Amino acid sequence: MSVTLPAREPALRSIGRRLATPQLGPLLVLIGFLLVFSLTTATFWRAGNLSLIAQQSVILGTLAIGQTLVILTAGIDLANGGIAVLGTIVAGRLADDGANAWLALALAIVLCTLVGLVAGGFVAKLRLPPFIVTLGLLGIVTAATRLYSMGGAFPVTDPLLGWTGNGFNLGGATITYGVVFMFGLYAIVWYMLTQTAWGRHVYAIGNNVEAARLVGVRVPATLLSVYTFAAFLYGLAAWLALGRIPNADPNALQTANLESITAVVIGGTSLFGGRGSLLGTLVGTLIIAVLRNGLTLEGIDPLWQDLITGVLVISAVALDQISRGKSR
Amino acid sequence: MSEPEIAEPGAIVFEARRVVKRYGHVVALDGVDFELRAGEVMAVVGDNGAGKSTLIKVLSGAVMPDGGELLLDGAPVHFQGPMDARRRGIETVYQDLAVAPALDIASNLFLGRELRMPGPMGRWLRRLDKKRMRDEAQRHMDELKFRLPAITHAVEDLSGGQRQGVAVARAAVFAQRLVIMDEPTAALGVRESGQVLALIRNIRNRGLPVILVSHNIPHVFEVADRIHVQRLGRRVALTSPQEHSPSDIVAFMTGAVRMEAA
Repeated sequence: MSVTLPAREPALRSIGRRLATPQLGPLLVLIGFLLVFSLTTATFWRAGNLSLIAQQSVILGTLAIGQTLVILTAGIDLANGGIAVLGTIVAGRLADDGANAWLALALAIVLCTLVGLVAGGFVAKLRLPPFIVTLGLLGIVTAATRLYSMGGAFPVTDPLLGWTGNGFNLGGATITYGVVFMFGLYAIVWYMLTQTAWGRHVYAIGNNVEAARLVGVRVPATLLSVYTFAAFLYGLAAWLALGRIPNADPNALQTANLESITAVVIGGTSLFGGRGSLLGTLVGTLIIAVLRNGLTLEGIDPLWQDLITGVLVISAVALDQISRGKSR
Repeated sequence: MSEPEIAEPGAIVFEARRVVKRYGHVVALDGVDFELRAGEVMAVVGDNGAGKSTLIKVLSGAVMPDGGELLLDGAPVHFQGPMDARRRGIETVYQDLAVAPALDIASNLFLGRELRMPGPMGRWLRRLDKKRMRDEAQRHMDELKFRLPAITHAVEDLSGGQRQGVAVARAAVFAQRLVIMDEPTAALGVRESGQVLALIRNIRNRGLPVILVSHNIPHVFEVADRIHVQRLGRRVALTSPQEHSPSDIVAFMTGAVRMEAA
């Protein structure tokens, strides 16, 4: 006995959804901004400026990788900027106090990772809401960082800690190791998300956590790994931040958490979890960086950047909501 | 497709003897007996509060009984949890569609049991073998004669019946001994229910016995070889669609009529 079922999906709706959510929409927005700024300013489309944009997107881009992982599990991470600042302060301070720079860097990254482990523990084992856990950790980490640094910023002169700001020349533009490093991280995490069972489980947990549990996905272990690995990435972002600006400032990156959420959402990843892509996040990060850079070159008030970013965020979420509504 | 005769049943695959389960003062299972034979669809019916969902939880390992014993292929078993039951070849399809809607059909079928590439790519880089998973998913669906748009479609693009089909198929593909289905047609319309019932028959015909929990008596009469009627935590009848009519079954369920020597 054969069960015959016709394909129910009309072609139009399928095309509509493809346009609405995944990478294509954000990519078109990015290309649009690139075109506008290239045509309206003389200096935008120059190797030097483009490499500057890449450098300017390194910290946000790396924080947004971790944010993407967390949001894909239907979580949210408000502590990522705070964790990265912790990394810069600890690494800088230890190196300042005469510790081996490698050791200082390693300890800072380990400490960041441990904060993620704590966050993941509360989310995965105690099932506390990620919003509350990371909000609380943001407060704790930020206060601890200021206490440890005694409130002040200080220059970090160690060559290893600032290494990611070095680079090489490519066609008249400077490509910093930090930029290469960030793209490398994107490639690695892209592979983890799309080519491994772990990645499938991350998506499945955000999509339908009960179904994931029922089919035998180890939900707590996977969630724990997501928050821990994300915080490890924030530790690496701290290193990239010291390469950008050789200054450890406890008051830096205060809005990085919201900016990284913005990059993820503009990139087409659903705040409801389970849908989206890391490449979208890369595009979202570049949109923010291009917008900031281009509007500055145009001599337009930077407030317009916030305004346009706000419009993009709401549009992205609205599109996500609409496409979800259509798919029941 | 021949209906197995009640007179010549297969060997008992799975059996529960005098199983008791209490929740405080409430006795959900009061020494219930249950059996499933090779090659049959055994329907479990009962009114609300008859303890059929508790029985299913015990059989699927989700609940540990307070008394009695379970025998799988004649040997006593004590499940530590649903995963333990799965390891012993018992797959359960849950009432609420246990699928991840944004993932495609093949990914859902292999969720939690992903196949990796052979050699170092799989072992060291843990790379998924997506092609093999797609091919195998397609082969399984063909074997089950369950037609789907394309194995790469997201499950959310499917109809309710097709989605349930994916959940049922994944249980059928990975079950070594038997499949338990908890109200698989509860959320479906008439036509879609028919598709899932046909799928259940195909699974049985491929040699996998099925325990079907349903409150829908017409559906039970469509696919069941035997019927276990439960009332007040006990089996009050063990019969078949040939022996009794739907109204008889309802009478057993409500206690209006008693069957001798259940």
